[in-house]
Amino acid sequence: MVNFGYGLTPSSAVKIIEGEDKLYRKLCEMEPDVKKCMACGSCAASCTAGDFTEMNLRKLILSLQRGYYQQALPMVKNCMLCGKCNIVCPRGINTRHLIMSIQKIYNL
Amino acid sequence: MMHERVFGSFDLFVLPFLVGMVFVLLFCLFGLLRILYQLSREERLKFYASLLNPANIIKNLKDIFFDCLIHVKLWRRNPLLGYMHSSIAFGWFMLIVLGHLETWFYIPERMELIYYPIFFRYFMQVSGTTVGGALFFFLMDFFLLVVLSGIGLAVFKRFRSRALGMKRTTRLTLLDYVALYSLWLIFPLRWIAEGFTAGVAGGSFMTVPINMLLSSFMKNPENITIAWWAYSMALSIFMFSLPFTRYMHIPTEILLIPMRNAGLKVRRHNKGYALAQLYSCPSCGVCIDACPMGLHRRSADATVYMVRQFKRANQARSLEIAEKCLMCQKCSSLCPISIDATELRLAFRSRQKYNILPDFQYLKRYLALSAEDDSAYAQAQNGQTEENSSGNPVMAVVSSIGSKVKSIGQKIMSLGSSSKEQQENIGSEKVLYYAGCMTSLTPVVRESVEKLLKASGVEWSNMDSGRSICCGRPLFLSGKMEQARQLVEANSEIIHNSGASILLVSCAICYRMFKEKYSLEGVRVMHYTEYFNELIKEGRLKVKRSALKYVYHDPCDLGRGCGIYEEPREAIERAGHLVKAGKERKESICCGGSVGSLALSYEERVHITEHSLENLTVNAPDCIVTACPLCLTTYAKQSEIKVEDFAQVLVENLK
Repeated sequence: MVNFGYGLTPSSAVKIIEGEDKLYRKLCEMEPDVKKCMACGSCAASCTAGDFTEMNLRKLILSLQRGYYQQALPMVKNCMLCGKCNIVCPRGINTRHLIMSIQKIYNL
Repeated sequence: MMHERVFGSFDLFVLPFLVGMVFVLLFCLFGLLRILYQLSREERLKFYASLLNPANIIKNLKDIFFDCLIHVKLWRRNPLLGYMHSSIAFGWFMLIVLGHLETWFYIPERMELIYYPIFFRYFMQVSGTTVGGALFFFLMDFFLLVVLSGIGLAVFKRFRSRALGMKRTTRLTLLDYVALYSLWLIFPLRWIAEGFTAGVAGGSFMTVPINMLLSSFMKNPENITIAWWAYSMALSIFMFSLPFTRYMHIPTEILLIPMRNAGLKVRRHNKGYALAQLYSCPSCGVCIDACPMGLHRRSADATVYMVRQFKRANQARSLEIAEKCLMCQKCSSLCPISIDATELRLAFRSRQKYNILPDFQYLKRYLALSAEDDSAYAQAQNGQTEENSSGNPVMAVVSSIGSKVKSIGQKIMSLGSSSKEQQENIGSEKVLYYAGCMTSLTPVVRESVEKLLKASGVEWSNMDSGRSICCGRPLFLSGKMEQARQLVEANSEIIHNSGASILLVSCAICYRMFKEKYSLEGVRVMHYTEYFNELIKEGRLKVKRSALKYVYHDPCDLGRGCGIYEEPREAIERAGHLVKAGKERKESICCGGSVGSLALSYEERVHITEHSLENLTVNAPDCIVTACPLCLTTYAKQSEIKVEDFAQVLVENLK
């Protein structure tokens, strides 16, 4: 093999354990729109619960995708379902239903 | 001049009817016991107590007469549709009553045979030469004609429902069709059967001519029993299919009306009172045209289909329908039975299981914090908003202090001057303004309300200028009642601590929540349309009339939800020219942004908004006015003409 002087580093971000991935796939089945998220953060910026807590939907979605769900899931308890994220989402994702599905599928 | 034609007052042809009738009666009895058993103890006692209350008895009878027999609500909707339903219901009812009266009049000892009054003409020969006899003959034929005209309209409606004011009608089930066709057949067959016996047993203007016309056929006594058999069979088929079809609404509605008047509420989506509601749905399909979701395609999510799925216990479809609904309540406000469609959906939503449930304990910390340095925090926030709006923090503080001084001055003035109107003068009460979550996406609403409050010089403070807690309605609408209660508690504490006597709300969604689910003693919850209209009337707020043409959109939660239609219109009428929308007030079309819908996709919402805007702009207004920040955001995204908030309009036209 030719040595170019640099190598690929293993991804430190993605750490998917099989069981966790299964849940995420189930989420994608129920909420196909979750794949549309481009992590713009509009949801987090408009969040009512975010004023008081760590609630951040952008972060939550990213964490679920990467399998870091134990750390991120507790924040879903803070959501007041007010629906502002739903209105501001530029991708038209039904964020409220997404959050409710997460509350249904995942377990703390 | 009368005698019994048939020896033993029995004939085999009564059997199909008799068995069918007994089946229906047993089924209804069983259903009644089941519903009563499913009620909670308190509900049952409440129901029984209401049945003994004389005022309630009169109301029940009145409602049963006008709703079940006359169908008043359908008459209001479309006279032809009203006539169709009331002619069949009332006409048939009168035929049954008259049959019993006749039996009771001529041969009371036969009253115990349930079939006898129905087939009275077959068994009895009565002379039409007496006044009583002729009258009975005439009335029976008259009501038969009434029913037949209704049936004729019903057949016509199958082909041209638009002529009866319905764009779309319900897709029926197979059994519904069986019952429907047997119902259509009952009355022509009765006509023919009575026509056969008219020659021997007597008749009037309907039955005698048919007997004469078809005399060669009808004079043959051997055909008589066949005709009566056919009539009895049609009745029997109808009776046997009744419990499993939409016609179950006929007996159930008689139970539903007293239950509703007793004040029962839906708890489980398919138990007790809710079950009575489900069975009372006649699948008339009024809700299909009413539903804003079914505009561009044949909606399968209308309330009539929800009822069907709930009855079938189809969990997956039920959930889909229950979660999609905008909860705009248009269907239930137009429903001739007034089925609580939103309550039923809510009951279903609240049955959903979640592994992770929201918990708002963290708000307690916030409350403790805000109680400690309440004033400092509020001042900092006020300063901040002033800074944003005026651009000059020093001037803003000075002006805010100025306005405060002025308002106190005015309060003293009003205390000194008016003595009579003191209690009714709402301008002198302390106001707490709650803008709500949605308003943070439309800051113009808050700015306008603040300007109006300053202009009218009332004493007021902000409840949520910084961080705010949601009113709880979105949680409530998603079926998380317990979690919504936590928010209600947190907000109630803030409101009570403020010492205000008026809670001013600029969001229709919050307003409904505060009105219905909060118990705020000593605090009057007012929507800003009510409040500012009152201030204008009191002369504290002066607006001039502009030349602009406005159209007002009734937000669902404000109009249908809380019955506020007049106040916003009165106020807008003072600020400009108010034109009508295509459909408004009770029939206003949801903007499509509703927090009530959990599962509606973005694309579907866009269609609804489009249609709603079309409806608003039929009279070419210059500006759409709405009194809900959510409607404002939703419309503003798609509207070609200007969309403004109610408060914004008033600010623009301040004197």
